[in-house]
Formats: sequence, C-alpha cells, structure tokens
Amino acid sequence: MKALSQKRRHPLAAIALLLMGLLLTGGLYAVATTVNQAKADTTSFSASDVEEGGKLFAANCATCHGMGASGTQDGPSLVGVGAAAVDFQVGTGRMPMQMSGPQAQQKPAQFNAEQTKQLAAYVASLGAGPAIPEEHLLDGKGDAANGGELFRVNCAMCHNAAAAGGALTRGKFAPALAGVSAEHIYEAMVTGPQNMPVFSDSNVTPEDKRDIITFLKTIEANGSPGGADLGALGPVSEGLFVWVAGLGVIIAFTIWLTSRTS
Amino acid sequence: MSASSTAEAPFVPKTKVGSFTNFVDERVGGSGILREFGRKVFPDHWSFMFGEVALYSFVILLMSGTFLTFFFDPSMAETHYQGSYTPLYNVEMSVAYSSSLNISFDVRGGLFMRQVHHWAALLFVASLGVHMLRVFFTGAFRKPREMNWVVGGVLLILAMAAGFTGYSLPDDLLSGNGLRIIDGVIKSIPVIGTYTSFFLFGGEFPGTAIIGRLYVLHILLVPALILLMIVIHLFMVVVHKHTQYPGPGRNDGNVVGYPLGPVYAAKAGGFFFIVFGVLALMAAAFTINPIWNYGPYDPSPVSAGTQPDWYIGFVDGALRLMPGVINDFHFEWVIFGRTLTLNVLLPALVPAGIIFTVLFMYPWIERWVTKDNREHHVLDRPRNAPTRTAIGVAGFTWYCVMWAAAGSDLIATHFHVSLNDVTYWLRTLFFIGPVIAFIVTKRIALALQRKDREIALHGRETGRIVRLPHGEFIEVHAPLDEYKRYKLVGFESPAPIPAQPNEHGVVTGKEKRRAALSRWFFEDRVAPATPAELEAAHAHGHHEAIAAGEDQKSLSH
Repeated sequence: MKALSQKRRHPLAAIALLLMGLLLTGGLYAVATTVNQAKADTTSFSASDVEEGGKLFAANCATCHGMGASGTQDGPSLVGVGAAAVDFQVGTGRMPMQMSGPQAQQKPAQFNAEQTKQLAAYVASLGAGPAIPEEHLLDGKGDAANGGELFRVNCAMCHNAAAAGGALTRGKFAPALAGVSAEHIYEAMVTGPQNMPVFSDSNVTPEDKRDIITFLKTIEANGSPGGADLGALGPVSEGLFVWVAGLGVIIAFTIWLTSRTS
Repeated sequence: MSASSTAEAPFVPKTKVGSFTNFVDERVGGSGILREFGRKVFPDHWSFMFGEVALYSFVILLMSGTFLTFFFDPSMAETHYQGSYTPLYNVEMSVAYSSSLNISFDVRGGLFMRQVHHWAALLFVASLGVHMLRVFFTGAFRKPREMNWVVGGVLLILAMAAGFTGYSLPDDLLSGNGLRIIDGVIKSIPVIGTYTSFFLFGGEFPGTAIIGRLYVLHILLVPALILLMIVIHLFMVVVHKHTQYPGPGRNDGNVVGYPLGPVYAAKAGGFFFIVFGVLALMAAAFTINPIWNYGPYDPSPVSAGTQPDWYIGFVDGALRLMPGVINDFHFEWVIFGRTLTLNVLLPALVPAGIIFTVLFMYPWIERWVTKDNREHHVLDRPRNAPTRTAIGVAGFTWYCVMWAAAGSDLIATHFHVSLNDVTYWLRTLFFIGPVIAFIVTKRIALALQRKDREIALHGRETGRIVRLPHGEFIEVHAPLDEYKRYKLVGFESPAPIPAQPNEHGVVTGKEKRRAALSRWFFEDRVAPATPAELEAAHAHGHHEAIAAGEDQKSLSH
C-alpha cells in the first residue's frame, strides 16, 4: 500500500485510473449485453412460449396495443401481423417504442432472444401472419447480381443505391442497411414496418428476397474498394470533403509558402 | 571575359552543353524571354494562389484524363458485364458503363486515376470559385482588369460544363438520373425545348447517342476552350501585372514583391507537386463516385441521395425548392395545347441566369456608379468597400441557400429534422437570407472600419491598467508604428456623387438613377483618419504620457 500511496501523485496516475475505470465499465457492459443476446436455437413455438409471451405482452405492450392485442387509439391491432413483425420490431429495439414520433426509432433491444421469441409466439397465436423466415433463405448464398438489380428497382429510391439510407417526408426516413441481420431484412420485406411497403411473396419471391439479402451482405463484406466511403452518401459528402479537407489542406500550404522566414 | 569584349565579339561557348544551348537560344531567343519573365514581380500573399491551384488542377485533369481515355469506350451498345466485380456480374449494361467498371477493377491503377481525375475536377471548380471570390471581395476586377474578370467567369462556366459532361460519361444510375434532370430542364423551355432535347439525345431520352456526344465535348471541345481561356487569362495577367494588397510603399504605379526567378518560380513549381500530392492522397484514401454502387442506368429507378457534383448543386437545389402549386395557383400551364412547366423552367434557369448576369456585369455597374475611370492596382480590404462586400456576401448567401437545398434530404436525415421543414426554411431563406446577409455584412464592415480608425488614432489597447494619482484607472494605449498605421489609414473612401447635368445642362433620368445608386453605395461611410486628425491624436497621446487631467477620460475608452 505504501508503494501505491507514493505513486498516486505520478503524472500518469490519472490516466491509469481513467483506463481502469473504462475497462471495468466496458467489460461489465460487454458481459451484460452478451447475456442479453443469447440466441434462441429454434423457431418453433411451444405452448409455454405462447403463455409466457402473453404475460410479457400484457406487461409491456398492452398499454398501447390493448389487451389481447386488439389495438387502441395509440397502437394498431396486432392480430394477424405474424411472428415476423414481432421479431423485427422487438428484435431491432423499435418496440417497445421509445417515444412517439414520425416513426419508431431503433434502439438497443429491450428483450433478449428468448423473450422476443415468446412474444412472437403469442402474437402469432392470435391470427395467421408472416412467419419468421426459414434459415436457407437467409444464408446469403443467392445471386448477388440479380439481388442488386431488384434492390435498385424496388429499394434504392428510399434506401439509397448503396443502402446508405435516405429521407422521407415529415421526419420519416429509410434507415441505412449496413449491419442489419439477414433475418430482419427479410422480415422487413414481408411485413413492411414503419413507412415501408410490404413486398409480398407474389411481388418479390422468397428466392428473390434471398438474392437481395445476398447482394446487401456482399456489398457490406466488400467494403469500399476505393478507400474511405465518406458515408456512401454520394456527391454531397464528396463536395463537402473537397471544400473542407481538400481546400483546407491546400490553404494551409499556401500560407506556409507565402510566410516569410525572417 | 569582360563586359566590353562580349558586347563586341559574338559569344563563343567553350563547352559542348554551352554550344548546344547557345544554338537553341540564338534561334528561339529563350534568354530574352527568361530575362523578361524572370524579373516579373509577384506580390506574395496566400490568397493570390487559388488561381494557381485551379491551373495545376487543370494540368492534373489533362494528365489523368488522358490515361482514362486509353481505356474508356463511350459506346452505348448493350453488353453483359464480365469483369471481376461480382455484384454486377453478367448484368446487362452499356459498353460505356462496363468499360468504366473495368477501369475501376481490372485496369492496373485505373481506380486511382479515376479518383484523381474526379477529385481534381472538384478541386478545379472549387479553387476557381474561391479565386473569383478573392478577386471580387478585394476589388481586383476594377480597371484595367474588367475583361479578365469576364474571361474568368467564362472559365467558371466552362469548368462546370467540363465537370457535368464528365459526370455523365460512366452511364451509371447516378449520372443517368442527372442527365434525366437536364433533359427535363431542356424540355421545359418553351417552343424549342422538345426539339432541342431530341436533337441532343438523337431521339427520345436516353437514346443511344448521348454518351458518345458528351465524350467528344468532354475530351475535345470544352478542354480546348478552357485552355484557350487560360492562355488569354494569363496573357492579360502579364499585361496588367499582378495586383497587391495595400501597404507602405505600394501604390497604383508599382508592384512590390519577389521576382519570378529563381525563388518564386521554384515555389510555384513546388506548389504544383503539393497540389498533385494532396489530390493523390485524397484519391488513394477516399473513394469518389463509386459507380459500382449505382448500377447501370435504367430510366425507371431513381436512387435516394441522387445529387449532381457540388458545382451544379445550386441548380438542383433551386429545382428542389420550387413548389409545384401554391394554394390553388399551379405553375404548370397549358397554352394552345402546349405545356409550359414554370415549376421547372423558373428554378432551373432564373437563379443561375441572375447570378451569372450580375457576375459579368458587376465591374461595369460599379464603374458607372463611382464614375471611377482610374487604373487600380492596389486592392481594397473588403471592409473598406462595405457595400461591395455586402453585395458579394448577399449573393454568396443566396448561392449557399440553393446549394444547401441540393442536400436537403441529407440535412433531414443527419440532423433528425423533417425534410418538409428543411424545405420551408430554405424557401424562406431564399428570399430573406441575402437581405439579412447584406445588412449584417455591411454593419460588420463599417464596425471594423471604425475599429481601424480608433486604433489608428488612439493606438492599441495594451491591457496595462494604470492608477492615476487622484484614483482614476486608465488603460494605457500603445501607439502603432507607421507601417501598421499605413494599412489602417491608406485607403480610399468614396463619397456619394450627386446627379450632375450633362453637356446640355440637363440632369437625365439615368443620371438620377446613378446618383441614387451612388448614395446607396456610399452614404454610410467611415472616412479614414486624416493626417490632421492623426496629428491631433498624436499630440493628445504625448500629453497623456506626461500629464493626467480631465481630458484623459476620452482616451480610456
């Protein structure tokens, strides 16, 4: 202890303390979040799932969606929305909704995979709707080129050709798709969350959806071949960059060149 | 080796290199040119170097562009992509897009050269714009440089044309969307619009001709015109000599600075490599126009985040700001069975028309208002021409509002605000932004002039507080040295010129309008401190140093 008390006024002591604190909180957070992300290994629902889901629903969702998910003024009826809708909305943290607004914002998921599955089981038991997609549609081994064409025709006008997201009217927006799981992308297409239209299986077949997911996963894995992508936002970020960084560096050089040495 | 012997006998070189250079020199007169240009004096200031940046960017554009022409094929024939970028493998596309992808992925160094070319294009127009702003705000466009200002304006338009034709060449979704907007703008022109569009595209948009035609414009006509204009521009710079900032010993009859050779030439040559280096670094580390993201052009999809390159942005922004309907008033009229789409025609052509008309005419407007026919080689500090500076900032603000509107969707998503609100605000700013900018800028310029005058007369604040024997505290002001003071007092402050009768003794209406404009320009003015005022203040200052009295109060604030 003596050595410690002698070193406590060392110039690096504050930094060491800060580092220890950050490591501790960071470590705790990492442990806490991995516990939360424990993955359910099956998509088939048991009777106990439905029962547990019903309890969770009554405690967390019924305020807006009503008892029995029949809907209130504040939230729509969930009868017939299917397990896919629940898995998307709850799995991405959009539900329970943080606040009212133009559309539900993404946030860290509030329920773990097991609880999400139970909620999905409960809602699915209320009426037939899109189910959670099968594993082989999400493997990302489809035709990326076909997926790219479908993406540009069906999705790019809101989500941007590089899937970087885009604005809709009155504060609504289409989010960027990097980092979104294949399961959630598929579920979004079949359920049309927030302001997104539904792309039913007769519009875009399950195989085509698999191709779109393959395309998105391919461009995400490819990264940006030409260097930092500046947000993949197109000419606006490029223009901003040339004015701020490019011209900024050039101006620094001009000042250096015309400064007098004496 | 004495001077007299060389003057009489012809110079006989002693070495092989000497005889070779002498041979060339006797035939092209290189030493005479070098003697003339090597002694040319350039004033040194960082803000004088933006034209140079533009010139160097253009040289880099020529070099990287030449490389790209080796591999680019402007054909719009259909093909199936067989290159190494898998997300587009076997997709149907034009040969132009396919060859652009090959440049990016299958030509060694191709992607780097494409990115150098595109970054250099953005920097070219940006440095041109900043150069023009510098020239405007310092009054460098005044006699004898009015025509060179016009040449510069033509260069700006040509640079935008070069940029836009190049932007369209890869025939990807982004550039195709851009062309579609241009096509729409052309078609909105009454009577000749549709004919012009069909002529340009060789039939209905998009046709199979446009890329080849734009390619010829992009690599032949437009660069040739730019080169011609650069030659004229630089020729006039040599004829006029360079302007200089005000300072002791500088006047309209001299140029104070460094001679071109050897130091300045070395600096300028080195600066080329600095610009090249910065662009190469940007091209190596930051992607620009990732055409593989956008896919081949197809008239049906329009991607979110579709914008032109920054220099066309203000036109795109004006289009975005224009409402189609205000209450029940529609901007699309049908006259004699023809559609007149004012909601496209007005925003696309009117703001750009106003900006360029005022830009080209401004030297003559100011010349007419001031009746100033003298040559000006000493620049104005922007604060010393408050109305001109305010006009410039108002125009720049107007431009920036339209410019920002081109990115309205990104403003909405990145600042989490409603796209509609962004549009409403920008529409409001479109009208009141320039007015506010004008008033605020003019007041700031006048305030800075008053500050200059105060400092010239009473010196700068030292931060040293002295307590006088009777208890009063004053801050000691240190007088400026003469060199610094010169900058603060050595400028012209024109007063309004009232309307004057012509040779027939008549005050014409035009002259009255000129007088009104002159009053508007110069009625708010802060005159520079006169020698008499300086003398009075100076005596005052000495007085302050030796005695303390009632009059000190005026000095301490």
